[in-house]
Amino acid sequence: MTNDKPPIWRDYRFWQITAQFVAVFLAAILVIILWSNLSRNLQQLGIKFGFDFLKQQASFDIGETPIAYKATDTYTRALWVGLINSLRVAIAGIFFTTIVGITAGITRLSDNWLVRNISLIYVEIFRNTPLLLQLLFWYFAVFLSFPKADNKISLWGFISLSQNGIELPWLSFSPEFSALLLGLIFYTGAFIAEIVRGGIQSVPKGQWEAARSLGFKPGLVMRLVVFPQALRVIIPPLTSQYLNLTKNSSLAIAIGYPDIYFVASTTFNQTGRAVEVMLLLMLTYLTLSLTISIMMNLLNRTVQIPER
Amino acid sequence: MINSQLTWLRKNLFNTWYNSLLTVVCLVFIFWALHNVITWTTTQAQWAVIQVNLRLFLVGRFPQTLYWRAWIVLAIASVLFSITSGVVFNKQNFNKLGFAIFAFIYSGLLIFLPLDFTSRIWLLFIGALTLTSFWLSQKFYKTITPWLSPLWLLSFPLIIWLIGGGLGLQTVPTNLWNGLLLTVLMAVVSIILSFPLGVLLALGRTSNLPILRWFSILYIEIVRGLPLIGILFLAQVMLPLFLPTDWRLDRVIRGIAGLVLFSAAYMAENVRGGLQAIPRGQIEAAKALGLKTPLVILLIVLPQALRAVIPAIVGQFIGLFKDTSLLSLLGLVELTGISRSILAQPQFIGRYAEVYLFVGLIYWLFCYSMSLVSQQLERQFN
Repeated sequence: MTNDKPPIWRDYRFWQITAQFVAVFLAAILVIILWSNLSRNLQQLGIKFGFDFLKQQASFDIGETPIAYKATDTYTRALWVGLINSLRVAIAGIFFTTIVGITAGITRLSDNWLVRNISLIYVEIFRNTPLLLQLLFWYFAVFLSFPKADNKISLWGFISLSQNGIELPWLSFSPEFSALLLGLIFYTGAFIAEIVRGGIQSVPKGQWEAARSLGFKPGLVMRLVVFPQALRVIIPPLTSQYLNLTKNSSLAIAIGYPDIYFVASTTFNQTGRAVEVMLLLMLTYLTLSLTISIMMNLLNRTVQIPER
Repeated sequence: MINSQLTWLRKNLFNTWYNSLLTVVCLVFIFWALHNVITWTTTQAQWAVIQVNLRLFLVGRFPQTLYWRAWIVLAIASVLFSITSGVVFNKQNFNKLGFAIFAFIYSGLLIFLPLDFTSRIWLLFIGALTLTSFWLSQKFYKTITPWLSPLWLLSFPLIIWLIGGGLGLQTVPTNLWNGLLLTVLMAVVSIILSFPLGVLLALGRTSNLPILRWFSILYIEIVRGLPLIGILFLAQVMLPLFLPTDWRLDRVIRGIAGLVLFSAAYMAENVRGGLQAIPRGQIEAAKALGLKTPLVILLIVLPQALRAVIPAIVGQFIGLFKDTSLLSLLGLVELTGISRSILAQPQFIGRYAEVYLFVGLIYWLFCYSMSLVSQQLERQFN
C-alpha cells in the first residue's frame, strides 16, 4: 500500500515553519540571557529600572533655553529644552540646506565654466571630509577666532559676527548654534547638490528641446518643465538626507550646543540610567524620523504623475 | 591658437550678459578667497604644530622601535590594493595621466613631509613595489584573479598580527594603536565584519518567512532611525552591561562593535537593492534545474546581487571611514581624537585651523580617491 503523503521531514512547509520557530526560540534565549545579565549588572551597580528619576531635580544649567528653565527644574523639563533646541536646528537646517543644495546642484550644470567648477569644488570638499571635523572647524577655528563682542565684524551693516555668534538687528544666534547650523547646512547641501544634479540629468533632453522650441527662456524651462519632473527622482533620496541632517544634529555634543542628545547624555552621566535614557532617545529620534518620512511621502505623492 | 582660446572664453564664460556678470562675480570671489587663503597659509598660520606632531597624526603612540611592523603593513596593503586595481582595470591601457598624478603626489610627499631618512627609504621602496605590482597584475591578470580573494583573506590576520603582536612578536596594547592607523584599521575591520551580517539581514528582509522578515525589518529600521553617536554610545556603555560581569571588552573592540551594528543595517539595504535587481527568471531557471533554495541563493542570486552593489558598498565604506571620527567623542584616539590631544599641548593651544585643515586633508585624500575608484567601478560595470 502506498502512502499519498510524503513523510513530514520531506515537506517543504514543515521546514519553513520549524526554521521560524527555531529562530524565535534562539532570539528569545538571547534576549533572556542579555536581560538577566543586564539586571544582574545593574543590581551590582545599585541601579533600579524605572523612569522615576525624570521627576528629580536636574541641577545643571543649559546654555540655550528657548523655554523657561533653571537648574532647579526637573529632568523632564531639561529634556524638553533639549528637544526644542534639536527641533530648532533641524527645521532651520532642513530649510537652508535645501536652498544651498538646490543652488549648488543647478550651478553644477551651469554653462558657465567658472560657476560649474566652483560648485564642483564645493561639493567635493564638503562631501569627502567628516561632518564632525567640519563642525569642530566652524566652532573652534571660525567662531571662537572672531573678535570679542565689543569689537565685532560688521557685514553690509546689518549682520555682525563676533565670539557671541551671529547677530542680526532683530535676532541673534549663539556661536554653538551658528556653528552647528552652518556645518549641517554645508555638509548636507553637498549631498543634496549631487541628488539634484542627478535628478535634473534624468529628465530626457527632449523635454528641454520641446520647451525651448515653444519659446521659453532657459530659466523658465528649468522652473516650469524640467525641475517639476526632476522632483520625482529627487524627493526619495532628499528625504533620507533630511533624516541624516536631523540625526547628525546629535553631533552638537562635540561643540556644546544643548540639543536632546546633549541633555540626555548629561542626564545619563548624573543618574547612571543608561537603559532608560537610551530608550527615551530612541523613541525621540524614531518619532522625528517617522514624522519627516511621513511628511516627505505626502509631498512625494503630490509630485508623482497620476497614473491609472 | 589665441583665436581658439578666445572662442573658448566666449563660449564658456561670456555667452550671455548674465553669464558675463556671473563670471565677473566669480572672478572677484576667487581672487578674494585665494588672496585670503594664501596670506593666511604663508604669513599667519604656524605649521610647526603639524611638523612636530606628524608621527602622532599617523601612528600615535605606537612604539617607535616597532615602526618596521607598521611599514610592512603599509607595504602589504599597498601591494594588495595595486594588484586588485590592476586586475579590475586590466582592460584599460596604463593611464599615463594617472601615473603622472600618482608620481607627482608621491614625490611631493617624499620631499615635503618632515620625515627622517629611514622613513623616506621605506616610502620609496613601497612606492616602487606598488608600481611594479600594478604593472605585473595588469599583465598577468588572468593568472592572478583566482588568487585575489585568498590573498585578501590571508592578509587580514597577518596585518592584525603585525600591528597587535603576540605569537612570537612583542604585543602592542590597543590603547597604543592611534591616529590614522587606528582610523583605517577600524574602518576596514568594521566594513568586513558588517558585510556577512548585512547580507544575512538583507536575505532575511526579502525572505518569505514572516518572522525572519519582521526581525530583520525591525533591526534595520531601528538602527537606521538612530544617530550613529547613540549607537556608539550603546556599544561603549551598554554592551558591557548586557554581557556577563567578568567579560571585559576592549574599548577599541567596543567601538568596532558599534560601527558593525550600525553599518550592517545600511549594508543590508544596499544588498537588498542588489537582490531586487536580479530578474525573477534567474531564480526560476535555477529552481527548474532542481537546485534547492539555499543553493539558488548562494550560487545564483548572491554573486550577481553583490556584483551589482559593489559601488554602493564603496560609497558606504567612504561614509564609514568618515564616521570613525565620531569615536573621538567616546575617548578613542583615532585621527580626530589625536588631533584633540595635540591641540591640548601647551605650545600649540589655539592652533585649531592648522590642525583641523591638515586632518581634513588626510580624510579628503582617502575619501576622494575612493570615490574616484567607485566612479570607475560603476563605469566598468555598466
